[in-house]
Amino acid sequence: MNKQRKAVALISGGLDSMLAAKTIMEQGVHVEGINFFTGFCVEGHTHAIRANDKAKPKRNNSLWVAEQLGMKLHIVDVIEEYKDVLINPKHGYGAHMNPCLDCKIFMVNKAKQWLVENDFDFIITGEVIGQRPMSQRKATMPIISKESGADDLLLRPLCAKNLPATLPEREGWVDREKLHDFSGRSRKPQMAMAEQYGFDEYAQPAGGCCFLTDASYSAKLVDLWKTRNGEKQYDLDDVMLLKVGRHIRPGQNFKVIVAREEGEGRFMQGYKKEFITMYCSSHSGPLVLVDGSPSAEDLFLAARITARYGQGRNAEQVDVSIVDKDGSERVIQVKPFAADEIPQEWFI
Amino acid sequence: MNRETLNARRLLCPLPVIRTQDKVKQLKAGDQLEVICTDPGVMQDIPAWCRINGHKVLETISGDHEYIIILEVGAA
Repeated sequence: MNKQRKAVALISGGLDSMLAAKTIMEQGVHVEGINFFTGFCVEGHTHAIRANDKAKPKRNNSLWVAEQLGMKLHIVDVIEEYKDVLINPKHGYGAHMNPCLDCKIFMVNKAKQWLVENDFDFIITGEVIGQRPMSQRKATMPIISKESGADDLLLRPLCAKNLPATLPEREGWVDREKLHDFSGRSRKPQMAMAEQYGFDEYAQPAGGCCFLTDASYSAKLVDLWKTRNGEKQYDLDDVMLLKVGRHIRPGQNFKVIVAREEGEGRFMQGYKKEFITMYCSSHSGPLVLVDGSPSAEDLFLAARITARYGQGRNAEQVDVSIVDKDGSERVIQVKPFAADEIPQEWFI
Repeated sequence: MNRETLNARRLLCPLPVIRTQDKVKQLKAGDQLEVICTDPGVMQDIPAWCRINGHKVLETISGDHEYIIILEVGAA
């Protein structure tokens, strides 16, 4: 009797990895999914934080995909290990701070480790040649296979026919003829497959599922590093706080983060012991975090920014409460900044 | 039957799911785990994770910005 082969599929929550896993499951292979959490994932966090996003479903797309396919999913926290990928990418960054090729190599390598530990036979990804300008090109496919250490245990079911046969194909664990030959940026073949399988609520991330492909987020990350003497370090709280609020930097020694709505304000409340916070006490207004080492003069300026984003923005003078990390609080009176008084270059 | 509590307050999804997954690995079939969270996303994600991994959600409680899920560990 033939041994049932087992594959681990990298599941991002998008359509391609879902179809890749489905293609192999249809061949009788036991497939389980693996999803890596780097800290930079777009959907879950922003939807969770922002009250305005309450109408959007808060589902985790990788879990949703696993449930649709009827397979187990292992979510792996790689926040710490991922730092080296982001800080020292061997293959460089994409348009922003996205180290896509190194990221893919890292994830396939982690999947290879998981495969060995769990006695699985091969790895599946939803990669398609030409789908993405940096990491999914004909030239990068062998680089990913080689540098991840997966070599020919890495099968890309959606474009396998455009690539040399891998071990699962040569050994007959999967039928190469039933794999696909997709290429290029068109999504039509994937959408046709999705329709065929009845998948109609799949995620359609524009620009990927990672904050590092976002220009504004990347600018905030670069700013963070610059103001820490160029030290490219971060922790999870840094990553989270770059996702929320307006970031305004009046000086190299401090910046203010202004909550944009109620959900962000509630989330930022959790950082009151790590940051000086401000809020307008004579009028309603947002919570503000002050990051860095502000002088008394800087705090006065931050209070004027705080007042600018409250209901008292047109008042001659408003009360702003300044709360230290130890909870001690004092109130100062300031004149809110007018809209055109905050220089554009302060906005990160 | 053993019952444990996991504090996943202030964590945003998928971290509460990951912490639940890690905790469940230490428990036996039939044990119960109470997960306390502040991210409303857990009300979708933890039950989904339980369904695909063979665990049973016994109860979900939505409070004032706090969400509690009680699950029973399934057989491996």
